[in-house]
Amino acid sequence: MVTVAGRVAGPSLAVTYLSLIVLIPVVAIATQALHDGWGTFVSTITQKETVASLRLTLISAAVIVVVNTFAGTAIAWVLVRDQFRGKRLLSAIVDLPFALPTIVAGLTLLSLYGPDSPFHLNAAGTVFGVWLALAFVTLPFSVRSVQPVLEELDKETEDAAASLGARPLVIFRRVILPALAPAMLSGAALGFARALGEYGSLVFFADQPFHTEVASVRIFSLYQSAGTDLEAPAAVSLVLLVLSLVILLGIGAIRRHLVRDAVSR
Amino acid sequence: MTALPVPSKRPLVTKWLLRLFTIGWLAAIVAVPLGSIVYRTFENGFAAAMRSLATGGSGEFLHALLLTVLVAAIAVPLNTVFGVASAILLARHRFPGARLLDAFIDLPVAVSPVVIGLGLVLVYGRTGWIGSWLAARGIEVIFSVPGIVIASAFVSIPYVARAVLPVLNEIGTEQEQAAATLGARPFATLWRITLPSIRWALAYGVTLTTARVLGEFGAVSIVSGNITNKTETLTLFVGDQFANFNQGGAFAGALILALMSLAVLGLLSLARRKEETAP
Repeated sequence: MVTVAGRVAGPSLAVTYLSLIVLIPVVAIATQALHDGWGTFVSTITQKETVASLRLTLISAAVIVVVNTFAGTAIAWVLVRDQFRGKRLLSAIVDLPFALPTIVAGLTLLSLYGPDSPFHLNAAGTVFGVWLALAFVTLPFSVRSVQPVLEELDKETEDAAASLGARPLVIFRRVILPALAPAMLSGAALGFARALGEYGSLVFFADQPFHTEVASVRIFSLYQSAGTDLEAPAAVSLVLLVLSLVILLGIGAIRRHLVRDAVSR
Repeated sequence: MTALPVPSKRPLVTKWLLRLFTIGWLAAIVAVPLGSIVYRTFENGFAAAMRSLATGGSGEFLHALLLTVLVAAIAVPLNTVFGVASAILLARHRFPGARLLDAFIDLPVAVSPVVIGLGLVLVYGRTGWIGSWLAARGIEVIFSVPGIVIASAFVSIPYVARAVLPVLNEIGTEQEQAAATLGARPFATLWRITLPSIRWALAYGVTLTTARVLGEFGAVSIVSGNITNKTETLTLFVGDQFANFNQGGAFAGALILALMSLAVLGLLSLARRKEETAP
């Protein structure tokens, strides 16, 4: 009897907790966004400022994902294959953006690349500033997804290719890249999702309507000016939410693919 | 022709380029900005930094710090219990809703904190589905401490489960089954077999959860209403000082937050090393 009760109680408690904290609020966004019907929803999200913010968010996330995939793979490579003094320190720095509060990230970037920049590089309020902040917060994703795969990678295959006369670039393209590709993709997807929703590091760094206002900042300003009528911020939120769900499902598919690969090997 | 490749100069150049790129990139994006915040905080000396923290009234900073610690003290244990429980459920049991649980645990990582905050306002606000029921009983969630706790719990929900789950899958069930055949009660098995074997992964997950809770800004700034000396957490304090043109106070507060996360980072790498060397 006890075990049967336990068998029911455990899952239901876990699902209840998850529902109260995550699921119901997510459903509430969708309900509120579509409260006045589909037409109102569409006209809300096609307002000029909102469209501009969504476009900036998508473009910036895409740019950062491409940059990070290159930078992250290079950094992971150095952390795994290279040996030099201070490597441990570099590895710790990679984790910093995970641990650092986003508002602190924003202020640190502002103090170095803002109006009072000691190098006279003022990126605040520019699209480049948005990219800088996104590059900061998404740095660990690409490095940490590629790194474990690179560690597992058999160096013998590369040596074999080299002994058969393959040039380094050919080895990279034909031997290393195919093995890394799924991990790079899943790191890119995680970084993309993170970049779409970033708020804290951008709030003081990028908040000019039409120019550097990303979707999250837009939702916040709609929320502040909405009073009790929360349809407009909910509508923009729903767009972000759907995008995140799609990416999440994609990552799940990649992960299952990786597990299948590992099993069949 | 020899089969062994002659070591050419090219890989050496590539190696140095990559090394330089890594150091340069990490310095430009993370390390130097972080250093500059230390410089900015103490630009006018230690005493000036302390004074700037107290600009908004002497108790404001202290209140924000205590509130942040209080919120972490509630939200982190809640999510730790949930994380371990759901990881054990997902690894050891089949039940309806398992896939749902598995998929939705990750959601907070991918969703904007502002969206999270808005969703919580819609549900727990005075006119919300659950909020109106609670308000009729005199319980206020939004613009109050419970709302901050829920928001912090939301954003940090995945970390414990995601850290523990792979370890549970890897260690398998042999020892647990052995304990059960020897007559150990489920709770004894959990306490003496399962928990000890996942302890470092658990420590890793708990530290990540703590870091996330201490640093949450977007979700908390929506649900808290940011009322000074009442619902202002440390991150909100920093944002508030900056918005009110007290840059010194903002930088000093940010430095304190950064030091807290550096401490967390130290614990993280310790947990990771222990996990790697653990049998």
